[in-house]
Amino acid sequence: MNETLVDRNNITLRDRLKNMVASFGLPRLIIAGFLLLLFIAAPFVGADFWTQISNTVNRFSWNAIMVLAMVPMIHSGCGLNFGLPLGIISGLLGATLSIEFGFTGPLSFVMAILIATPFALVLGAAYGWLLNKIKGGEMMIATYVGFSSVSFMCMMWLLLPYHSPTMVWGFAGKGLRTTISLEGFYDKVLANFLQINIGNLSIPTGTLLFFALLAWLMWAFLHTKTGTAMTAVGSNPTFARAAGVNVDRMRLLSVVMSTWLAAIGILVYEQGFGFIQLYMAPFYMALPAVSAILIGGASVNKASIANVIIGTFLFQGIVTMTPTVMNSAIHMDMSEVIRVVASQGMILYALTRKTEGTK
Amino acid sequence: MNNKSFGKKVLGFVQDNTVPLMFIVICAICIPLSGFSASYLINEIVTRMGRNIFLILCLLIPIMAGMGLNFGMTLGAMAGEIALILVSDWQIWGIPGVVLAMILSIPISVLLGYFCGKILNMAKGREMITSYIISYFMNGIYQLIVLYMMGPIIPIKHSSIKLPRGYGVRNTVSLLNMRQCLDNLLAVRVGGVKIPVLTFLIIGVLCIFIIWFRRTKLGQDMRAVGQDMNVARDAGIKVERTRIISMIMSTVLAGFGMVIYLQNMGNIATYSSHSQIGMFCIAALLVGGASVDRASIGNVFLGVILFHTMFIVAPKAGAAITGDSMIGEYFRVFASYGVVTISLIMYETKKRKNKSLVGQQLAQAQKEEEAQNNG
Amino acid sequence: MLSDNTPLLEMRSIKKDFFGNQVLTDINLTLAEGEVLGLCGENGAGKSTLMKILFGMDVIRETGGYEGEILLNGKPVRFATPFDALAAGIGMVHQEFSLIPGFTATENILLNREPKKRNVISEVFGERLDTLDYNEMTGRAEAAIDKMGFKIDKGMRINEMPVGHKQFTEIARELSKDNLKLLILDEPTAVLTEKEADALLSSIRSMSEKGIAVIFITHRLHEILSVCDKVVVMRDGYVVSDVPAAETSVSEISKWMVGRSVENTGSIDIRDTSKSKTMMSIRNLWVDMPGETVRNVTLDIKEGEILGIGGLAGQGKLGIPNGIMGLYEAGGAVELDGKPIPLNSPRKCLDASLAFVSEDRRGVGLLLDETLEWNVAFPAMQVQNKFLKRYLGGLVKWRDEKAIREVTDRYIDELAIKCTGSKQKARELSGGNQQKICLAKAFALEPKFLFVSEPTRGIDIGAKELVLQALKKFNRESGVTVVMISSELEELRQICDRIAIVSGGRIAGIRPASDPSEEFGLLMVSMVK
Repeated sequence: MNETLVDRNNITLRDRLKNMVASFGLPRLIIAGFLLLLFIAAPFVGADFWTQISNTVNRFSWNAIMVLAMVPMIHSGCGLNFGLPLGIISGLLGATLSIEFGFTGPLSFVMAILIATPFALVLGAAYGWLLNKIKGGEMMIATYVGFSSVSFMCMMWLLLPYHSPTMVWGFAGKGLRTTISLEGFYDKVLANFLQINIGNLSIPTGTLLFFALLAWLMWAFLHTKTGTAMTAVGSNPTFARAAGVNVDRMRLLSVVMSTWLAAIGILVYEQGFGFIQLYMAPFYMALPAVSAILIGGASVNKASIANVIIGTFLFQGIVTMTPTVMNSAIHMDMSEVIRVVASQGMILYALTRKTEGTK
Repeated sequence: MNNKSFGKKVLGFVQDNTVPLMFIVICAICIPLSGFSASYLINEIVTRMGRNIFLILCLLIPIMAGMGLNFGMTLGAMAGEIALILVSDWQIWGIPGVVLAMILSIPISVLLGYFCGKILNMAKGREMITSYIISYFMNGIYQLIVLYMMGPIIPIKHSSIKLPRGYGVRNTVSLLNMRQCLDNLLAVRVGGVKIPVLTFLIIGVLCIFIIWFRRTKLGQDMRAVGQDMNVARDAGIKVERTRIISMIMSTVLAGFGMVIYLQNMGNIATYSSHSQIGMFCIAALLVGGASVDRASIGNVFLGVILFHTMFIVAPKAGAAITGDSMIGEYFRVFASYGVVTISLIMYETKKRKNKSLVGQQLAQAQKEEEAQNNG
Repeated sequence: MLSDNTPLLEMRSIKKDFFGNQVLTDINLTLAEGEVLGLCGENGAGKSTLMKILFGMDVIRETGGYEGEILLNGKPVRFATPFDALAAGIGMVHQEFSLIPGFTATENILLNREPKKRNVISEVFGERLDTLDYNEMTGRAEAAIDKMGFKIDKGMRINEMPVGHKQFTEIARELSKDNLKLLILDEPTAVLTEKEADALLSSIRSMSEKGIAVIFITHRLHEILSVCDKVVVMRDGYVVSDVPAAETSVSEISKWMVGRSVENTGSIDIRDTSKSKTMMSIRNLWVDMPGETVRNVTLDIKEGEILGIGGLAGQGKLGIPNGIMGLYEAGGAVELDGKPIPLNSPRKCLDASLAFVSEDRRGVGLLLDETLEWNVAFPAMQVQNKFLKRYLGGLVKWRDEKAIREVTDRYIDELAIKCTGSKQKARELSGGNQQKICLAKAFALEPKFLFVSEPTRGIDIGAKELVLQALKKFNRESGVTVVMISSELEELRQICDRIAIVSGGRIAGIRPASDPSEEFGLLMVSMVK
């Protein structure tokens, strides 16, 4: 009696382990294992453990909201939002206009958010409308909508009549600079709020709280009637339509949400980083966010807040740890290669998996 | 009545050729503004045709096999670069160097093309985004090889190529000794315009090959697979294999194309030459009026001429309009991305329109019948 | 000669079951060279399974093969793939076209069998680089079209052809195979105009004169009588009759198709609702549902009754609920309880207390990757704001997990759904239990009017009975008007009060469920398009 029980337990345990590996995915395990290895190796190669943790947490706090922006569109079945730069541009417009209008200090951050919001809503709505026209081909077109909008804005940054001396090229008196320092504006406004410093460990509490707030709102939204409808649209659009849900409206809403979160995300990124980066900078910002959420366990049509947190932590962990640890260990800076191969490999893995249920 | 149908025809023509017409208009506005002389412009365009057409032609085969725009042609470009780096390290210059580089690129291209085809077979229906990500992924591997393995594992001797730290390849590799050696052989000057006859001959041979290839069994199979995989499979065609072959062919041709491209340029930007090449080739092809599922040799030639005319004149024209030359630089980047975006959107909406059209026709037929029944 | 006595094809005691579900029992068939055999029977009678066995389709092998013997020219054969069958001289034209849209008729006729010419490059790189011999291709296509006897433009591309010509292209493709001895045509006239259908019949005759045997599957019985040498009628996996075509009639065949060996008297407790008020009135409804087109349907449904809608596949019975519920484009007028229902809007229908259980369980009926709770509660939550908690004065509508679990548990209990719990994913359930979830979803809406489409399709007998009883109970106890669409006439007769038969997209007639099966059978084939 007891023996059979043990036996069965053994089988289920092994099966469960197998299932876990299968559902978690081998690439994810490798990446998580690699990061663990880095953490273990860090003290041996002379890198300070707590500094490493601080760096990782810091970079986590900068990037997490942009990864969170992936969630609504995955839920509504629009796939991975490669068009993230569109939202980032809204954020940049908010940031530059807020400074142009003369706001300073923490107020400039609030104003940047307020000004970015209408841009994000309008651009997001247009983008969502477009994606509804081309159901099935979202990801490729999203990529190129992002690219086109970034290159269009490159011209606009030069042409728009900005005058604030902190932002325009000194000698020409017009045209925005490629990087704009945020000192005196909203540099680290969130990070410095309730910041914890113990030895080498420093935690940007405010930024984390801000992310927690948005993540909680997203979690809450997914528990409401509308959020449920959005998930159902992503899971099976025909079912949702037969149950009386307006599929196109749900998709549009998800795109607007994603675009707005991207706008907020870039503002938070800037306050941590301390600079606004214009021109081609937003170009490649979609890919890290996409791979981060995939590393966190999301698939092309399923994602949760936990995926966001785990994914951002793993991804940023690798980004911050590899240069220092690898450099000290083998005196070869292979971090760029590792980052590219790991993140793009993760996206490839997700794209080649047969997504069940929906096409 | 006649007028009306003529008007309809014109409208249809405009709708079918929106992108090329748009670019003709852009060029027509920008050429006078740029102030370039005709001979300079023609010279530039002829040079760029020789440089780019071979590369763009390699995109035709995956389109034929229904795999869309091959963003993975970058893989072939990488193979060509690796071959050229090795050849120049061995100090084999001139035509022999070019030929050897082409031969050397073949095994690398075949390997990469096979890998790409295998992965795309696992991601049917989203080939384009997948091939696009593959190009990034492979870029990482390429860096690993060129930046770390070249030196300790793959022997690199020459100090003009190797980084001072002892491994890895410098940012630029000079190909001065084989610069334009294909272009200059048999070159003819017509009224101040240098025509690289040999390069054009090679391009001509490839065009004939593509036309001939369409008429082979394999070409026919590719077209069948491209239009309906399931029907082709039911008829006994090996769908997966055919798709992989089309990727391999495209990658090998891209490798050759990259060698031709780089011998014209005269140097390799080791870490960036390939990354933009896919983008610009695809944009040029689309400017020529191709779409995701249909492209011809004519599209390639028209596209190269229009796209590169825009590329040459945009900075100057932009400066003339706004007083800032950067505007033109950004404009041509925007135009490249914009044209791909528009083409992709048109392709997807057309797919949907065709579907809804069938529904409308059916409804109409029923209505008519109903009217008959009632009346 | 030997061939005088050996038939071309002989099938001996063929048996087939799908996971214990017997679908073919003891089928015997013989077919001589040049003979035309008409095969008919209701849907699910086993015709297509039999043809799939003959043609060596993959599904048969994947589901455990078949028993019995097939003899071709007196030699036993057992095809592992359709390609083996093709090699043995059997051709099949399926209901769905298998053509490359951008290719010409010629290219399609010779798809993957193109005549080739060798050249220098192919000598080196292999025969896939042989060039195509276009002259030879044209010649062969022409010959095949001539053999068929119906002229189609061999140079026309498929996507520019009228639908009938596509059908003929497929037939020409089979005829272009030199070794073709037996051609199976699966409902080839369904998409043809009357003229084209006549042309097809004469081309079948000319094939038969050339010695090609034909198995002709159709619901148009007069076609069978006019072209076939003999008729085989199947029902419930048996051959019920095998007679020369000259000795039978349309009414006799339709009787065989629907008749049951054990006489079923139909529903025991039929309600006479002729005096009840009209619950739903449908006027001049047309629906554009591919393969199930509805034309000009006018129908009244009485309060509290169970109305059955039957008919053969492809005749439009499924189009009626799908059109009214807004899932496919529709026109006409529908009123529920005197109030007009706007078409083409699923939401408006649900708001008007209509509910629909779709025949496409996995595609429309379920969220396969979500829990049972979500599946059961979702429509009621979205349409009627049930299972929600309100915060901030109704601004935030929060999912009430407890209420959702309760209602799901209740239906799991009531409908005896086998699952590990309400949190299980719908994908993991068996077909019958998935169907019950679909019913629970509709019940949770507490509708006034319920459409149920093919509720027993693809589920085993035990589950069938439970589903039908649940429906009947739902109707009798809560007084909900139910319209059930099914291709199984006996099932309709068992639980319905009245049965309407759809044929050719129209209502062919409405009879009390107690009428004999033969009556319904005649209606089914009366207007077949």
